[in-house]
Amino acid sequence: MGAEVVVEGLTKSFGSQNIWRDVTLTLPPGEVSAMLGPSGTGKSVFLKSMIGLLRPDSGKCVVNGTDIVQCSERELYETRKLFGVLFQDGALFGSMSLYDNVAFPLREHTKKSESEVKRIVLEKLEMTGLKGAEGKLPGEISGGMRKRAGLARALVLDPEIILCDEPDSGLDPVRTAYLSQLLIDLNTQIDATILVVTHNINVARTLPDNLGMLFRKELIMFGPREVLLTSEEPVVEQFLNGKRIGPIGMSEEKDTAQMAAEQAMAEAGQHHGGTEDVRGIVPQIQPTPGLPERQGEKRRKDRVMRILHTLPPAAQEGIIESLTPEEQRHYGVRPHTMAGARQAPVSESTQGQLPSDQVAQLPNHDWGTATGRVRPSGETPPGQGGVR
Amino acid sequence: MTATTAAKFPGRGMLEQTGRLFALGLDVIRMSFHRPFQAREFIQQAWFIAGVSILPAMLVSIPFGAVVSLQLGSLVSQLGAESFTGAVSVLAIIQQASPIVCALIVAGAAGAAICADIGARTIREEIDAMEVLGVSAVQRLVVPRVLASMLVAMLLNGVVSVVGVLGGYFFNVILQGGTPGAYLASFSALAQLPDLWISEIKAIIFGFMAGVVACYRGLNPPPGPKGVGDAVNQSVVITFLLLFFINFILTAVYLTIVPPKTG
Repeated sequence: MGAEVVVEGLTKSFGSQNIWRDVTLTLPPGEVSAMLGPSGTGKSVFLKSMIGLLRPDSGKCVVNGTDIVQCSERELYETRKLFGVLFQDGALFGSMSLYDNVAFPLREHTKKSESEVKRIVLEKLEMTGLKGAEGKLPGEISGGMRKRAGLARALVLDPEIILCDEPDSGLDPVRTAYLSQLLIDLNTQIDATILVVTHNINVARTLPDNLGMLFRKELIMFGPREVLLTSEEPVVEQFLNGKRIGPIGMSEEKDTAQMAAEQAMAEAGQHHGGTEDVRGIVPQIQPTPGLPERQGEKRRKDRVMRILHTLPPAAQEGIIESLTPEEQRHYGVRPHTMAGARQAPVSESTQGQLPSDQVAQLPNHDWGTATGRVRPSGETPPGQGGVR
Repeated sequence: MTATTAAKFPGRGMLEQTGRLFALGLDVIRMSFHRPFQAREFIQQAWFIAGVSILPAMLVSIPFGAVVSLQLGSLVSQLGAESFTGAVSVLAIIQQASPIVCALIVAGAAGAAICADIGARTIREEIDAMEVLGVSAVQRLVVPRVLASMLVAMLLNGVVSVVGVLGGYFFNVILQGGTPGAYLASFSALAQLPDLWISEIKAIIFGFMAGVVACYRGLNPPPGPKGVGDAVNQSVVITFLLLFFINFILTAVYLTIVPPKTG
């Protein structure tokens, strides 16, 4: 099973400019997680901080009991061997052929014979659809091929944690879909913990088990995919639908006046920029038929069902609906019975009209009254809607 | 963590850079003894550096020897000590000119190439990728380059010395009408064996400096492709400044320790 990554209170600044602060999340072992966020919110910086390429100002990032932020250089290099990282541009070594690039980690860290190296390298290259291109130099191939070669290189050491920095950028939709499928299959086969950083909505909706979103220097959400996909949070809704209407602007933020002006224009008939309404939960990508059952999915189901009562009603409903009738019996839940979750998504007004006895059925939760925002730790939630 | 809260004062950036440069230098020394040694990379780099620096070094050292010889020739002949021209030109070339010349060439030709190479790798995230694969970029890339530039600087020092002395001989004997015998006979009148040692030691230290500065600037370039260009430029300028300063100190120390030979 993949390693668990626990991030606590991570804060990063460049000089006086704060990138994000107090990010707390746990990547559940062996599950696929994705981090969303508009461009320039420090998603890549977050990845680089997780593997110790950048030093955060404060906080912890614990992998297999080693705190990446504080540990010695030797420990850092040892821990990094658990990681496979796919960089935005593949980051292949320009002076080596694809074959040598993919063989590089094997030659550095293992004592495998050259014939064994060859077998593994060719297997990974075939897996990523690069068979026949092994003699080419990185400068001679397209961006998509470089990316796939970078993934092949990240996979040769059978990593426990795979980090992907925008696996979709520079790829066409079909290749992106293949890549998503490949990541799910990989997760099934080697049970690695995977974190994908992306701003591709399709990938975010279909690939991960868990979804998080960075916006305005904060991790505004992290939890099971259903939570974010059914969220009423204006930022999340705007992002998932790719609309101009909402708190995200061309630069990082918008002021209230501009928001009002855009709202007025949209009401007057101007197109909001989004193509379709894509809210709600879509089925997740399944492993290619023939592969064994995905262990991460099973573990996640158990984990999510344990914390089900703490989730927002719409997410609860979505999760229960995604279970088979057999599983629903196993966990003792039935669809359309959750408080305040008659239909997903639920609007603010229906939540307020709930009979109080239904609300009381949920122990220890703050979702009936709060804004539908998942806070990773117990601090007070900031103002609703993100306009401050 | 304290670094971000520390007070701002003028020159802090410079101190920080200096400190990090020294840290890299120490890392290089430490990592030189780490196994496995990157022999292949070392040989490739040494070959490359030798290739780009031998010819320019020789071409610079011929006029250098000639200038020393011409200058001294006229001065010494006024004093009536023509027989010492050879002695003085050997001393000047071996002790001062040749380590400086080969360091300038190593810094200017090889250092610039190393800095550009590593800078390009840095902005293309190759260095990050290497670090993430659990391979130390210092051990894998920087150490072989620094060692190669030290080796080549040392060897080049010999070449420059010989060519410089030959150039001096040629100009003194052929153009100024000096006696070949006197030039050769006075070779060891002032020069002594420690002069050759300090010359080689200087060359090795200069080679080390040139390599470390080039790699440091290459690993920390200003952002963007233009940043790599700036980094190359800065690396050459910084190396030159450091070289002359170190040369001054080494010479002062050497002259105190080893008393000059009195002819």
